[in-house]
Amino acid sequence: MAGKTLYDKLWNAHLVKEREDGSSIIYIDRQLLHEVTSPQAFEGLRVAGRQPWRLDANLATPDHNVQTTDRSGGVQAIVDKVSRIQVTTLDDNCDEFGVLEFKMGDSRQGIVHVVGPEQGATLPGMTVVCGDSHTSTHGAFGALAHGIGTSEVEHVLATQTLIQKKMKNMLVRVNGTVKQGITGKDIVLAIIGEMGTAGGTGCAIEFGGKAIQALSMEGRMTVCNMAIEAGARAGMIAVDQTTIDYVKGRPFSPKAEQWDAAVANWSDLNSDDDAVFDEIIEIDGAAIIPQVTWGTSPEMVLPVDGILPDPANEKDEVKKEGIERALSYMGLKAGMSIKDIHIDSVFIGSCTNSRIEDLRAAAEVVNGKTIADRISQALIVPGSGLIKLQAEKEGLDKIFTDAGFEWREPGCSMCLAMNADKLEQGKHCAATSNRNFESRQGFGGRTHLVSPAMAAAAALAGHFVDVRDVELTKIARA
Amino acid sequence: MRKFNQLVGIVTPLDRANIDTDMIIPKQFLKSIKRTGFGKNLFDELRYLDEGQADQDCEGRPLNKDFELNQARYAGSSILISRKNFGCGSSREHAPWALEDYGFRCVIAPSFADIFFNNCFKNGLLPIVLSEEIVEQLFQGVFANEGYQLEVDLASQSIKAPNGESYTFEVDEFRKHCLLNGLDEIGVTLEDIDSIKEYEVKRRQQAPWLFDAIPTLAS
Repeated sequence: MAGKTLYDKLWNAHLVKEREDGSSIIYIDRQLLHEVTSPQAFEGLRVAGRQPWRLDANLATPDHNVQTTDRSGGVQAIVDKVSRIQVTTLDDNCDEFGVLEFKMGDSRQGIVHVVGPEQGATLPGMTVVCGDSHTSTHGAFGALAHGIGTSEVEHVLATQTLIQKKMKNMLVRVNGTVKQGITGKDIVLAIIGEMGTAGGTGCAIEFGGKAIQALSMEGRMTVCNMAIEAGARAGMIAVDQTTIDYVKGRPFSPKAEQWDAAVANWSDLNSDDDAVFDEIIEIDGAAIIPQVTWGTSPEMVLPVDGILPDPANEKDEVKKEGIERALSYMGLKAGMSIKDIHIDSVFIGSCTNSRIEDLRAAAEVVNGKTIADRISQALIVPGSGLIKLQAEKEGLDKIFTDAGFEWREPGCSMCLAMNADKLEQGKHCAATSNRNFESRQGFGGRTHLVSPAMAAAAALAGHFVDVRDVELTKIARA
Repeated sequence: MRKFNQLVGIVTPLDRANIDTDMIIPKQFLKSIKRTGFGKNLFDELRYLDEGQADQDCEGRPLNKDFELNQARYAGSSILISRKNFGCGSSREHAPWALEDYGFRCVIAPSFADIFFNNCFKNGLLPIVLSEEIVEQLFQGVFANEGYQLEVDLASQSIKAPNGESYTFEVDEFRKHCLLNGLDEIGVTLEDIDSIKEYEVKRRQQAPWLFDAIPTLAS
């Protein structure tokens, strides 16, 4: 009998029942909740007179709508009335039903996909869901994690399960060792450039290979976070010592005698040597150089030394129109160099890149320097209150503010601009987030996705540069 | 959920690949805590020339006359056809809510993003995958004929075009059953309550650290 993939193992371990019609009931260990996709689910429970199946499986925090400026006024200080109602609705629902929530004034509040792992609420071997497509992030822990819609949020609250059909197994193997200065973000953007935004549709992607194994947990989370940008709902990485070291000692991680049992249980969370994948994609890690998106889809990505495509050379009519539309929206010309794209705004944050390692990487680039005059908006938005405190302890906030950045409170912020942080019309932004769709960061805004170090380097130069050409200043850590 | 059996409707063509959920319903409209009322902001940035605001009255906003939803020939349309990878991007169920609220009951494309596809079925909206060739034929049919309608029959999994051509499509047995009968999926799942409880007891024995680690307000 052929061996099993990591996804096969996670699937089998959570299979409650296979039904006659081919669908399966899958048990859900953890649900993360935020204010945007949960109100209608709680309302659904109320209308049907149902109670949550298992309260301790849930953890909530507001992130999309919260202000990242001064928080002293609390929730009531959110200027936009509709945003404020959404955040207070989450507070009310969690209080009413009894779900633990890290509210806005709590230092543990932050972006759900940062908070879950940080708290040990995300553990190896779990199924993790959240009404947010970037739930794939948690797959970095050898978990089966994916985004769901609001009806499914309600379904999980009410039944602790989901109705699923098994996805296909895909392995993306990043071979070799990446060059100095290449991050998880560059790796995943290069993968998306290779596969396209629909390349992983219908699949659960396992990221493997030496270059993936060499990543920190932060880097692995960045890679899995963007699996959805390659079309795959779930991305995952096998458990190893890096995973176990990260999980140990976190507030909701197993304690004492349970810890050893858990670690023993997690040792099998990898694909067997003879596992069969439906599709395998091989990527040469050593060939990856810093990546920058130029268009309005994450697959419209180039190495920093790249030249923008000419639609005249594209034979596929649909793709050709896509390139034309993207160039026009972005205000860019075919044949232009990536390095000649001027930047007006910089956003370092989001569930993709707002963890402590991301902030350290950006700080090493800007330490002792100042941002270019043409930069009118430069935001650093930590992923959680605890990351913000840690960064302040290391003096990173000072480095950023001295360089001309604004140091903000945690939240999703200008990744999707549901709060007051918006990219202005026509402005180009070097962003560490995950989507460069039209108007994503603000009406008419133009997004370029990059790593934190590349965003920091662009902030200094006012245009894109290869961060490997920038002198880094190591920051001593206490 | 509304039942879906048969549908005869005018077809709107959206001739573009990778229609993402930010396009279908931009983020400023996700702040509502209701499931209804999103139709007026469906494709907001393509449909109107100004920047839409949450809670705004859309009467009198400047329309993009080139956009299909603003053209008289597609008025009252209930079927949308588009290109590859429709619904990519976020998990927001507001996307199918907006399509449904506007009046669409069926979306036809060569491929869909997984989460969007799944969300449609929970809202009485039928997403249909047809080959690129057939979708191209439908586009040509719509462009050439004003008032072009398709007949969709879920029970027989078939679509009939005005020129007499008919096409069949695939749909999961369970999803079809739920749509045809307008079933509440939670209710269906709870018929298996014993299996879930039995699994949970076993899970708790095997991995006790997954239980009661997060305090609840009730406890």
